[in-house]
Amino acid sequence: MDLLIKNGRVIDPSQNLDTTADVLIENGRVTAMGSELRNPQSAIRNLDASGCIVAPGLIDLHVHLRTPGQEYKEDTQTGTTAAARGGVTTVCVMPNTAPPIDRRSVVEDILQRARTEGNGVHVLPVASVSIEAKNLQLSEMAELKAAGAVAVSDDAFPMQDAGFMRRAFQYAKTCDLVTMLHCEDTALTHGGCMNEGIVSNELGLRGMPRLAEELAVFKACAVAREVGNRIHILHNTTKGAVEQIRRAKNDGVQVTAEVCPHHFALTDEACRGYNTNAKMNPPLRLQEDMEALIEGLKDGTIDAITTDHAPHAAHEKEREFALAPFGIVGLETLLPLCLQYLVEPGHLTLTQVIEKMTAAPARILGLPYGTLQNGAPADIVIFKPKAQWTLHAEDLASKSKNTPFDGVSMTGQVEATIIEGKLVHHKDTKNTEIS
Amino acid sequence: MPLCLCGDIPLKLQRKHILGLQEMSAEEINLVLDTAANFKEVLARPIRKVPALRGKTVCTLFFEPSTRTRASFEMAAKILSADTSSLTVAASSVTKGETLKDTVLTMQAMGVDCFVIRHPQSGAPEMATRYVRGHILNAGDGCHEHPTQGLLDLLTIREAKGPIENLRVTIIGDLLHSRVARSDFWGLQKLGAKVTLCGPDTLLPPEFDKYGACLKTNCDAAIEGADVVMLLRLQNERMDGIYLPSVREYAALYGMNARRLKRAKPDAIVMHPGPINRGVEISNEVADGERNVILEQVTNGVAVRMALLYLLLGGEE
Amino acid sequence: MDEADITRALKRIAHEIVERNRGARDLVIVGVPTRGVPLAERIATQISQIENYHTPTGALDVTLYRDDYGTRQAIPQSTKINFSITGKTVVLVDDVLFTGRTVRSALNALNDLGRPAAVQLAVLIDRGHRELPIRADFVGKNVPTARNENVTVRVKETDREDIVRVEKL
Repeated sequence: MDLLIKNGRVIDPSQNLDTTADVLIENGRVTAMGSELRNPQSAIRNLDASGCIVAPGLIDLHVHLRTPGQEYKEDTQTGTTAAARGGVTTVCVMPNTAPPIDRRSVVEDILQRARTEGNGVHVLPVASVSIEAKNLQLSEMAELKAAGAVAVSDDAFPMQDAGFMRRAFQYAKTCDLVTMLHCEDTALTHGGCMNEGIVSNELGLRGMPRLAEELAVFKACAVAREVGNRIHILHNTTKGAVEQIRRAKNDGVQVTAEVCPHHFALTDEACRGYNTNAKMNPPLRLQEDMEALIEGLKDGTIDAITTDHAPHAAHEKEREFALAPFGIVGLETLLPLCLQYLVEPGHLTLTQVIEKMTAAPARILGLPYGTLQNGAPADIVIFKPKAQWTLHAEDLASKSKNTPFDGVSMTGQVEATIIEGKLVHHKDTKNTEIS
Repeated sequence: MPLCLCGDIPLKLQRKHILGLQEMSAEEINLVLDTAANFKEVLARPIRKVPALRGKTVCTLFFEPSTRTRASFEMAAKILSADTSSLTVAASSVTKGETLKDTVLTMQAMGVDCFVIRHPQSGAPEMATRYVRGHILNAGDGCHEHPTQGLLDLLTIREAKGPIENLRVTIIGDLLHSRVARSDFWGLQKLGAKVTLCGPDTLLPPEFDKYGACLKTNCDAAIEGADVVMLLRLQNERMDGIYLPSVREYAALYGMNARRLKRAKPDAIVMHPGPINRGVEISNEVADGERNVILEQVTNGVAVRMALLYLLLGGEE
Repeated sequence: MDEADITRALKRIAHEIVERNRGARDLVIVGVPTRGVPLAERIATQISQIENYHTPTGALDVTLYRDDYGTRQAIPQSTKINFSITGKTVVLVDDVLFTGRTVRSALNALNDLGRPAAVQLAVLIDRGHRELPIRADFVGKNVPTARNENVTVRVKETDREDIVRVEKL
């Protein structure tokens, strides 16, 4: 169905655009933009976006959709619904599934499920760098890419051995694939469950030192410098990591980097009371780290903002802190947290924040999304940037409710999400499929 | 020495659960110590039984082996006429079997007024508070806290040395993994003692100086002028990394012997939460010496646990 | 009652105790904290003056034997009785006799310490309103009160003055 979005403030960083305009969508593509666009046919549905921002649909480079294998945590239907509710139109899904995304059949399975169970959100598999995610044997990257994988990653099972890492980088380069890295020196974090510091000492919990991340980032950048491949550092959390990336970028290393909202919204203080919904890896850090991450976003050291959406069932999180799994859900809080912690305090402009979730991730992986240029797929988010609302975990569309933001006041609300011209989410409509 | 307590002024703890000394105020700690001091008289009676907690049920839920702490709690409960039930859950079965939540819910359904929980995971007792109606008393959780040990240590120090304010207390050993040290530290700090923590850097929590602790790696320097020397058990079961080259070297650097003890004040006391490792953290002569109050600690343990059970359970129908 | 009244009443009680028990040989005096303890000591002093014989005195904490934790919680104090009560005549001393519940607690507490030959009760004030079949053997003064009144006893040892007041709540 074709759509005419009227009277919105259109922000498209890919075109340096920030203007009040109407957007016309025909056959799933953006076909015209301008003021007072006429509805060419009466059959086209009008969508009033007065008082709203109209932006390219958000691209989340870092999502755990849990399928195949862990559908009790999340499945394609619930995961893509959560994405649409959060204004996210493209999700890159991480390979730590069961089995991991280390062979063509798993890639195909994920894409098949996206077509049949999904709501239209683009689901892009990220393949494992190694067979069984064991970092011993390279995966068939060329075939995985041919099947639809958009990158390779070692997320959740970080490569430790520099020898293997170098070969993985070389091979990924051969296949022209970006390697997305979870940077953690596990010899330093072994058995840890939160940031190492005064809070972990008080709680009697084993810490994960910030050094573990900085060292691993340094190592990855040094290897990438020598190999000359493209790497993307997932979920940066420490001041030291940001400094390493800044230095590597200055040295010409082809490195990009991301942060997740919880890492600039919360510190390790959130773990007090043994709150397992504040347990993730990498862990919540310190105030000075949050400031360094925001500085990194401002100066471009950090390219993108992603969620590391990591659903876990309630019974898994209702455990002793050290025994509970790492991770929180994030798709439905991504945009509000960015508005609240980056735009409202004046750290970044609205355009900059949108860029980090649209044009930047599209550029990192060379995706055709994240833009409203004529002819581009009509993936669009419409949101009210100042709307105030309270998050209730039980209302999340995600199958899992593991968020540390339950009951917290949010700024900015997604009104509607459009994917290839199809309205897949509207705030006032419960249905996921809107015709 | 107990303060003048007006027998008919209701005094209460400001909390339902005892999870650690970090969250307790100095007033609350003193209330527990005063109550415990008075309970010591009951322990000296020919008939060691009072009806204060008749009809209450105390369940000791131990996910970690401990004979002493559990015996002490059960004795305390029985002297106060509470009924006790106990459940030992092998730590190994916890990961595969019933969760802590289900275990406490099951015991609660049997009618338990107070759970005494010992658990290898820090925060397990706090987690249990989310699921039960009854009281939770932490009997030691992971590397977090062991509040009853902290309180009995404070009572022992107070009996031997008088007011705790401005006393110089040196705690020596594996402070990184010691729940006893954490509880002792918070209690001593709240009551105004000057605390020195001593051990090799691999076993010292680096940031406790922010709370006013003095951190020292040299044992002789740490003991200098101390009123109280507290030794911690070197816990091999927590040593899943390489923190020390050998027990032998630890004993040489940090073991308490008569020569080293001379650096403390002449009337300094030596404490140990037990069970002691003779020849490791404490030499034979110090372990048998007149300056140690290790057995007083054990007696005070019963009194402190009676006081806590009474203060938690005594004030309700 | 002022200081002189209190002193007179205690003196009289001491005489009555000696008379009732034909001397003081097998007597022990036990006060119930807080104010029963100094009153017990004063009665013992009087008895020793009358009989020229030192009567052992002690303090009996009844907190752990009370039946009213539900409405109030008191911090137990130490029982200080460093003599045997078995075979003795125990004179329990308290400041005010009201419902009788404190005395009931005291009788139970005594039970755990030994088997006295007899227990007698001495109180400075009997204000009535008994809830249990308990009566005092020796009374300083009977003070008829309403339930909503409060009888306050203050003694020098703990309160720096000797006085008894009846106050409306």
